[in-house]
Amino acid sequence: MNRLEALRNAVGELLDKVEGVIALRNKSGHVAPHLFREREELNGLGLSPKYPLPATLRLIQNEYPEAKLGIVCRGCEERGLIEMAKRNQVELGNVTVIGLACTADEAEECRCAKPYPSVLVDAHVGERTEPVPDRVAEELRQKEVAERLSFWRSQFDKCIKCYACRNACPQCFCPECTLEEELWVERGRVPPPFPSFHLIRAMHTAGKCVGCRECELSCPAHIPMTALYALIRQEMGEMFGYEPGVDLEDQPPLVLPMEVEI
Amino acid sequence: MEYRNVLTTCPYCGTGCALYLQVLDGSVVGTLPVKGHPISEGALCIKGWNAHGFIHHADRLTKPLIREQGQFREAGWDEAYNLIADRFSSFKSDFGPDSLAVLSSAKCTNEENYLLQKFTRAFLGTNNVDHCARL
Ligand code: SF4
Ligand code: SF4
Ligand code: SF4
Repeated sequence: MNRLEALRNAVGELLDKVEGVIALRNKSGHVAPHLFREREELNGLGLSPKYPLPATLRLIQNEYPEAKLGIVCRGCEERGLIEMAKRNQVELGNVTVIGLACTADEAEECRCAKPYPSVLVDAHVGERTEPVPDRVAEELRQKEVAERLSFWRSQFDKCIKCYACRNACPQCFCPECTLEEELWVERGRVPPPFPSFHLIRAMHTAGKCVGCRECELSCPAHIPMTALYALIRQEMGEMFGYEPGVDLEDQPPLVLPMEVEI
Repeated sequence: MEYRNVLTTCPYCGTGCALYLQVLDGSVVGTLPVKGHPISEGALCIKGWNAHGFIHHADRLTKPLIREQGQFREAGWDEAYNLIADRFSSFKSDFGPDSLAVLSSAKCTNEENYLLQKFTRAFLGTNNVDHCARL
């Protein structure tokens, strides 16, 4: 049985127990998030390219907080759900998760540290594959500060300030976004000020960025920004022992009081 | 409880980026880019990302308005079209066809733009036709 058939069976079984399952639908040759309500719709079930399904869950739960729902999650989407649940963006009590392991090729393309879900999952689809190191981040780590600075300057100079990185990110949910404040980001100026625009975003997603790469995939300028976020994630791990998307009980360091003497 | 995505083309310029309108219970609540699309390749500009904004906007005009003595009043479509046709005809006969000009839009399809220039040149009888994408 191939992955798509296995997923179709898993979603079909779950549909008997919940009101709807959030997964991808293939229609007119393109794939998008969809709320499946009936088994008959499952002919159109899709696998890839991935979309941030946890953001769809948030949207539906906003209107239907009590609904019993299912959701198909890849590794990064499960990590995202965990961070969103900690910040009251989703409520996992009524949610059943079908885990979908990514193929080796998909993991390679995403430079993914954990290409399969394992924490919230009630049913598994697909075989686990090996993690892939973020080579872009590793190369940058070896470089001198001045070299890194010039690398990011040349990348961020390409920015057209479309806000896709923020819009696509399931972890960016503030009703008032600092990136729209005149004080930090002057209106009408493109590219946006270096490095504040991009560092504000990097700092604001620290501790919740789970490396799903939705930001990077939506960037018309092809800026490899998740390499920067991966480096921050690594630093946070070393400094605070915190890894986003791993454990629902772990509190992110930005919401904890510091226990060191100043 | 119904959530789906409707594939469409961005209305804001002539590039033709594809986008999904996110529809929850019949209301358009957001936009998503279309990954793997041959034109937009999963990206959108800031206008495309906000393409859902005007659909249910309170300021959106849904009925024709006719201005009389400096005041707008709502009118039916037949009345509005009749008024436009009358004015076009009277301007054309009183001042000649070059007193008229038509401005088309990058938001229209190729076919609509073709029709509009045909209407302008063949029916109104002037070459005064332009479009907003010249900006
Ligand atoms: S990889 Fe990008 S889109 Fe994904 S959580 Fe991190 S910042 Fe957000
Ligand atoms: S960039 Fe910062 S302020 Fe803006 S939505 Fe993301 S986390 Fe919130
Ligand atoms: S998606 Fe890319 S181009 Fe758009 S604002 Fe973000 S970094 Fe800039």
